[in-house]
Parts: sequence; structure tokens; C-alpha cells
Amino acid sequence: MKAASIEFRKVSKLYGEIAAVKDVSFTIGEGSLVTLLGPSGCGKTTTLRMIAGLELPTSGTIAIGGSDVTRVPASERDVSMVFQSYALFPHMTVLDNVSYGLTVARLPKAQVAERAHAALATVGLTGFDTRLPSELSGGQQQRVAVARALVLEPGVLLFDEPLSNLDARLRRQMREEIRDLQQRLSLTVVYVTHDQSEAMAVSDRIIVMNKATIAQEGAPRDLYEQPSDVFVAGFMGDANRVRGMLTRIDDRLGELAIGPLKVRLAHRGLANGAVDVSIRPEAIEFRNGNDADAALAGTVRKAAYIGGSMEYTVDTAIGQLFIVSMAVDRPLAVGASVSLALANHGVVPIASA
Amino acid sequence: MGAGNQRRKRARQVSPAKKAILFWIAVGGAGFVLVPWYALQDSIASIGWLKDYTGKDNAPALLQALKHGRVWLLPIIGFFIAAAALLQLPISRLARANGLLVVGAAGFVFFLAQGFAIGAQGWSFELLTTMFGPLATGQYGMGWGAALCGSAFAMLFALGLAERGYFNGDAFIAASVVGIAVSVAVFTFYPVIRILLSAIQDQGGALAAQAFFARMFTEKIWGVGCLAGAGRCGVAWNTLVLALLCAAGCTSLGLAFALIVSRTGFRYKRLLRALSVLPIITPPFVIGLGLILIFGRSGLVNQFLEWAFGIAPSRWIYGLQGVLTAQIFSFTPIAFLVLIGVVEGVSPSMEEAAQTLRANRWRTFVDVSLPLMRPGLVNAFLISFIESIADFGNPIVLGGNFGVLSTEVFFSVVGAQLDQGRAATLGILLLLFALAAFFAQRRLLGRKVYTALAGKGDSGLPTPLPDRIRRLCYAVALPWAALTVIIYAMALIGGFVEQWGRDYTPTFKHYVKAFSIELTSDGIIWAGAAWNSFWTTVKLSAIAAPVTALMGILTAYILTRHRFVGRSAFEFGTMLSFAIPGTVIGVSYILAFNVPPIEITGTALVLILCNVFRNMPVGVRAGIAAMSQIDKSLDEASTTLGARGLTTLRRVLLPLLKPALVAALVYSFVRAMTTVSAIIFLVSAEYEWATTYIINRVVNGDYGVALAYCSVLILLMLAVIWLIQRLVGTRRLGRREVAIEPGMAQLGGTAA
Repeated sequence: MKAASIEFRKVSKLYGEIAAVKDVSFTIGEGSLVTLLGPSGCGKTTTLRMIAGLELPTSGTIAIGGSDVTRVPASERDVSMVFQSYALFPHMTVLDNVSYGLTVARLPKAQVAERAHAALATVGLTGFDTRLPSELSGGQQQRVAVARALVLEPGVLLFDEPLSNLDARLRRQMREEIRDLQQRLSLTVVYVTHDQSEAMAVSDRIIVMNKATIAQEGAPRDLYEQPSDVFVAGFMGDANRVRGMLTRIDDRLGELAIGPLKVRLAHRGLANGAVDVSIRPEAIEFRNGNDADAALAGTVRKAAYIGGSMEYTVDTAIGQLFIVSMAVDRPLAVGASVSLALANHGVVPIASA
Repeated sequence: MGAGNQRRKRARQVSPAKKAILFWIAVGGAGFVLVPWYALQDSIASIGWLKDYTGKDNAPALLQALKHGRVWLLPIIGFFIAAAALLQLPISRLARANGLLVVGAAGFVFFLAQGFAIGAQGWSFELLTTMFGPLATGQYGMGWGAALCGSAFAMLFALGLAERGYFNGDAFIAASVVGIAVSVAVFTFYPVIRILLSAIQDQGGALAAQAFFARMFTEKIWGVGCLAGAGRCGVAWNTLVLALLCAAGCTSLGLAFALIVSRTGFRYKRLLRALSVLPIITPPFVIGLGLILIFGRSGLVNQFLEWAFGIAPSRWIYGLQGVLTAQIFSFTPIAFLVLIGVVEGVSPSMEEAAQTLRANRWRTFVDVSLPLMRPGLVNAFLISFIESIADFGNPIVLGGNFGVLSTEVFFSVVGAQLDQGRAATLGILLLLFALAAFFAQRRLLGRKVYTALAGKGDSGLPTPLPDRIRRLCYAVALPWAALTVIIYAMALIGGFVEQWGRDYTPTFKHYVKAFSIELTSDGIIWAGAAWNSFWTTVKLSAIAAPVTALMGILTAYILTRHRFVGRSAFEFGTMLSFAIPGTVIGVSYILAFNVPPIEITGTALVLILCNVFRNMPVGVRAGIAAMSQIDKSLDEASTTLGARGLTTLRRVLLPLLKPALVAALVYSFVRAMTTVSAIIFLVSAEYEWATTYIINRVVNGDYGVALAYCSVLILLMLAVIWLIQRLVGTRRLGRREVAIEPGMAQLGGTAA
């Protein structure tokens, strides 16, 4: 098995007048797991299907393993795909499903059987050969789909929202298995999802897409902590969006004033003046009322106990804020007056749009 | 080495396209050098032509050009040489693709041009004669050699498209699209164009617009004498009035049946459903014959009236009322099939919602259920309308002096008139009516026609009908159903009595006359008068059915699974023949295929082709309905696993489409067996069709044999349906068994 790299150069896909993907460029290194993340209709699935060859780009070039495959049809590409619906052939047994790609390639029978069984073993489905897909549970079907894609030892393996048909508990288990498999076999995997936490859990890198273009690309932690724009900040977990004034202190740090609150942080190259600010819900802390000068006054509007934490909505002078607090032992009542301060993480200035 | 590596390697090998190009060049070359170019007198399977292989009738094109002075054929081989050269030249893939497109298209155009330009008497057009001088020799209709060359050009063009990257570079899909498009163009569009041309030509063949207007706007077509109480109305008005009445009648009855089956506790629902399948397997004039046996001059009713009250027998049944009655009997089941899907598709939860909002059953029915059924009602109305104007069997049996367009077209061609221009004009009018209804249907319903029948209501129970509606339904529908049973019973019994109306002595003589078999020392002698037409019909239908079904399913696959430039034109073309009434097809085939370059009237081939292209839309519809239930990701999974279009179709889709395939197969066979309207123009002494044989018996007043033959056909088709269902079986998808029944409902379609 030889993992292959993927390179998109200025790729666009138009449907009539409408651009599904607009001028997208990125590189995915061999053996890494990269997630295409974004809301529905952002172009992530189209991008994935262009890697597979199921859609051909309107313009731009696509290279896999260093060679140009822009016009190569899907059946000739060294790429396999696990579909959202699994797309198992309902009239074939598990073994026939897994063998399918091998028999299409006209491999000798003995080799087909040996490799199909090996692939089924890899996903832990030994002994399920003669079952029909309809006789399997959702998780098992998922594994058959993975085995069927793996058996061809593809240079690139694609997953299109593979967990969306599973229940929450199974989802966590399957995503760990996929990540484990990818690292064990050092596969190049491209993974499409609209679930931010799923993306963060499995990916080496994440490509966040919005409105047919790439919004930001980077390691999960960078995207969460250093979002490049308001959209990424909002999509990578919850964020409060407020306005602030930035004043540079030196070439790294600046002072950010949000209403009465002041916080020192990296200015990220932004100029002095008005900026957008993203504040994570857990970055807002409740203070005692007597700490008044550095604090923001507010009134609790809603309060919800969700098990591990409390969720509050608080009205303040800078707008309504969504706050997550770990202090479940001392919940605040609706209507209570509170004063708020900022933690020294989870607050990021963003250039005004 | 992994399969992935193999795949990568495969991409770098001699492209499979190159092999295909070579193959088609070889086919074209063989067609030019080896196979007789012109149509043979006998079948190619009889080896008589080999004796005079080099003669001017039988020689292949190369010899025709060199030895018999038909030099205009020579350039054809040049195109194949050019295509071969493209493969040898060190040029880019794109340049080669463009070259193939040019060679394929130019070759095909030249091939057609020489065929049309030079006929049996030399140049076909005066202009060409004056330009190039007269030719020493002419040419006949194209034969197998020509067919091979023509196909080769079309396929080289298709391969060029695939090489350029159209159809995702899939040569099989490209070849299918081009192949289907070319054959539909030749066997549907070309005949229709010929009929349009004929209508505007005068008797001498010259173009004359006034000839068209003179034929079109006559008293016989548009007269309104009947309104004034004197004289007759034109056939156009007759046709329209009949169609509107028939559509209204069929829709109301169909709705009554649909409501009884889906919304009441009626005990014999299965029987009603079974009745709905009957017309599909019934030759189109059986109902008419049955009505004659009951209401005709020597029918039961008249005889009873004469015996009891001394009333003289009347010819009441012949005319508008008779045709209308027969048509309503014939087409109500189709309206029922359309409506039952819609009625059952009305979500019970909507009706339950209405009831929780305090509406009683009556209000629920009027305010919620009925409006939701409106698309189905419109659809049923239009389908019955199209059926009625296309109907040929009932008017010809029961029309009497009441002429409609379809029968007038027929009499213009076969009668003493022999006026092709008039037939063409009437045909165009009929075509316009049919197309208007066809477009109205598509316009009003969009693509819903395909899916409306798939809907099974969600959870909840259908609301029972309000009492007055239920009583009305019973009062209308049940007597009607009883009468249907009686008509079929009469038709069956009619074959077993000496002579209906005079002598009711039971006898087998009609069956003996039609179907006797003599066992002699020389083996079996098929002595019965009907055997010739019977075997011809069975054989040719059996050849046409699989071709129809496969072309239909292939077209459905392409339409549902592939996006390409010109797709909607492709869809329109393949569905068009559905809207063309059979009589129009019949006339246009005579006009188009009686002269070179395609001279096939009087052969078995024309009968097969006529059936294939008339019935193909049924296969397409069945295929589309079935395909839309198969998730597209299955194809894509297959593709990403390295399978091309053909492999995906064969290994993934066809097994899943088995029920649709069976349905298409059954229907194309049955429709071919029972067709009358188009085939009646195309039969010859050698190749007679069962239905045309029966009509001739009816015209001669020989009802006994006709009815015996009809009964045999009905039984045969029941047997075939049962057998095919048994052979192909149901598909096994785990715990679920999927029977083929659902496909049936989609296939009302224009019979006749």
C-alpha cells in the first residue's frame, strides 16, 4: 500500500451559473487525515467527489500522487470512497461486496478471496461472509463499507460523512476505529463532516469551507484558538461575537478594550482600531460583585443545567452573551445580577469584515 | 502488487478506447469489403446470395464501386482509412479525439447523403441530374453491409466523444447515447418528417403548400353539419368529442373503482384489481366484439326485444355511442391504475389532521382528499384522452358511419382512395391532438408521473368514504364491473357456438378451422388457417420484446444517471413515440421505408422495428421508475471501485432492476402481440399479424373464428406473463421479498 498526496490547484466547479467550489487550492500530504469541514452547501462534498473523480472540475487541476488526474474518470483513479449511505450492494453478500473491486480488476480468484478475507479481518468482521447487508447492524454495515474500500489498497481513502447514520455512542467508537485504522496503515484519508467536534477528534488538519471557498486551513487547535474570521470562530464551537478596540503594545501583544473590560493578548498583526472579537463561552468568568472596576455588569436571562456544566445567557452593555460555567454546584438564578470578566484564553481579535 | 497499482497501470496501458476504435474500423471495413451492401431479396441467413456474390445485386460495396459502376460508394472506405491513420499518427489524445469526431460525423453524413441522393433511377433530385448529368445506374435499399458501415461511423463518433471526455470518458455510455439517438432519429423522427413532407406535397410529389391547406380544411374534416341536424360532422370534431366524453367517463369510473378498492371494506377488491389487468392482455377490439354479441343487430338484447315485444332489431350500437361504450370499457382500467396510486398516496395523516380540526368525513373528503387527488385526476383524464384518439380497434369494429381520424387515416391508404397526401394530412392532425395532450400532461404534472405511484401513505388509516360517496361509487362501478365480466364471457363463449344470433349449437369448428394440427407420417402439419399469422406474431414479438426492454432500461439508466449536453433533447426523443398514435406511425413507416435508402416494408424487420420503437417508452418509464428507487451512491461506489459504466450496469444495477426488466419484457411482448393500429399498415401476405388476421375475419362477418383466436391470444398471454414471472422470479434482498407487482401499475400506456 502506497499512500498518495493530493493537490488542488485553483479548482472551481460550476453548475450553470452557480459555483459549488470556487478557486480552491490545497495540498494534503501522504499518510495524513484531513477533514473537510463546513455547513451544508459549502462545497465540501463536491470537493470530495472531485478527488474521487465523480465530478470533474470546471477549471483548475487536481493531482494525486504527483500525477495530474484532472480528466481521469473515477474508475481509473487510485481512490476509494466510503459513502454516507454506505452504498453496499444489497443483492450481494458481505464477501461479494468486499471482493467487488478485486473482481472488477480481474485478479485471480484465490487472491481475491485471500485479500477480501484479510480486509474483513482488518475491520473485525471475520465470519460474516455470507450475510447480506440488510442482515447487519448500522455499525457493521459501516465496517463492510470500509473493508470494501480498503481492499483495493487505494492511495487515497475518502469518507463522506461516514458517521451521520449512526447513533451517538457508536459514532464515537467508529470515529476512533477510523482514526486507528488510518494511523495503523498510514493511509491518506480525506474526511467530510459538518460536525466540528468529530473533525477535531480525528484530524491531523482541518480545511474549513464556507460558501464554496476555503475559510481557513490548519491543525484543529489552531482553528479553535486562532480563527481567521468570524465564520470560522462561530463554526469551530460556540463563540460570542462582540466589537472591541485594539491598541498595540509591542510587535506581539496588544490591549483589547471591550466595553469596560480590558485584556492583554496577541494582536495577530491587526492594526489599531475597531475589531471584531470572538469570545468562547468558557472564557467568560463570573466575579464577585465588589471587583467592580475591571468587570462588566449583567443580568442572567436564561439558565440551563446540562449535566457537566451550566449554560447561561446574560444581558450586558456589550450585548447578550452565552456563557458556559463549570460551577454546577452554585447555579445562578434567572434575574440575578452578575459581574463578568474575561479569562486570558479564548478571546481572539479578528479583523472587521 | 495491489489492485490500486493495477488500476494505475491500467490507466497507462493501451487505452481500451484504442481497441474499441480498431474494432469499429474493422467492422466498417468488413461491411464495405465483405458483406453485401444492398438489401437482399431473401434473408441474409439463407445462403442463396453467396452463389452470385459478385453480382450487381449481392456484391459488397468495394465490388459495387469497382465492377458495377457505383463509384460513389468508394469515398466511404476513405473515412475508415482516415480513422486508422489517426491511430498511427503520433498525435495527442485530444487531437485524435477531434479527428475521430470529424471522421465519424463526416463519414456518416456522406453515407446518408449518397443514400438519399441516389435512388433506384439514378439521382433522386432533378437539381443533381442537371448539375452532374444522369447516372448510368441507380441503387437499391441499404443492406447489411451498409448497416455495418453506418453503425461504425456512429460508433467512431461516439468514441471520439468519450475520448474528448464527454460522458466522463466512458465509451460504453457514449456509444449507447449515440446508438440510441441515431436509431430513434431513423425510426421515429425520420418517418414523422416524411409524413410532414408528404402532407405538403401534391400528387406529383412537388412541394405545394396549398395542397396541404386544400386537404386540411375540408368539410369532411371540420364540417359541423350534424349540429344543424343535417349531414355529418367532420372527423376532427368526431375524434375530439369522442375523446373528451371517453376521458370524462374513464376518469369518473376509474376514480369510483379506486375509491372502492382503497377506502371501503368491499370484499372482492382482488377481483377488481384483476379486472384492471385484463385490457392490457386483450387485443384491442375484443370489447367491441363482445358489445356486438350483446347489443349488435343479432345480439342478445335485440333478439330478446324482438322475441318479447316484436321490436325490429336496430343497429343502435354502431356509431358514437358504441365506440364510446367500448372505449370506456377498454380504458377505465388504465385510468384506475393511474388513480389507485394517487388515491393510496394521499397521506392518511392529512385526513386525520383534517378530522382533528373538527371536519366531518364529508368535509374531509371534499376539502382535503379530493384536492390532493387532483393531479391524478388530470393525469387519468389526459391519458384516457390520448388513448381514445389513438384507438383504432374499437372505431373500426363499431364505428359504422361514425368516422374518427385514426380510421380515416387507414381508409385513405388502404381503401379505394389510396391518397397518401390525405392520409398524411389526417395523420398530422391526429399527431397534433395527441402531442397537445401529451405536452399538457407533462406540463401539468412535470416529472411527478414517475414517482406519484411509488408513494405509500405514511402511518395512519385511510379515512372511510362518506356514505353518499360510497353508495354512488358502488352504484356506478359494480354494474360496470359485472358488465365487463359478461362481455369477456360472451367473447369466450362466442368462439364455441355455431353462429351467434342464429344457431347457438356448441361446436369446436372455429377452433378447428383456425388451429387444427394434423399428425401425418411426415410430421406435424399446421393445417389451421390461423397458424401462419400466429407463429409470425409470436416469433416477431419474442424478438422485439427483449430488444425493447433492454433499449428501454438502457435509456432509463442513461437518463437517470448521467448528465450531459443535450440530455433533455435525448429524453424528449425517446419519449416522443409514446405520444404518436399508432396509425400515424403506420402511415409514416410506409412513407419512409418503402423507397431507398431504407426499403424494408413487407419484411419481418419492419414489423420488429415498429414494435421496438413504439413500445420503447414503456420500457423507459418502467426503467426510470425502478431506477429512481435505487440510490445513486450504489453506482458511484461501483465506479470508485474501478468499474466502468457497463460493469456497473451489469453487476450492480441489472440484478436490482430485475423486476423492472421483467415488467418491461412482459409488456413489450404483450403490447407487440396485441398491437393493431400501426401494424395493420405494415403487414404483408408473407408476414401477417394475429390482430390483423382477426380484423379481416370480423370484416367478413366471421365472428366465430375471430373470437376463438382472441381467446387463444388472451390465454397465451396469461401463460407468458405467469411463465416469465416464474422464470425470473423475485429479487432477494435479505429479509424482504420484492414482488414485481409494483412495476405493473406504472405501465398503463397507450395500447391500441
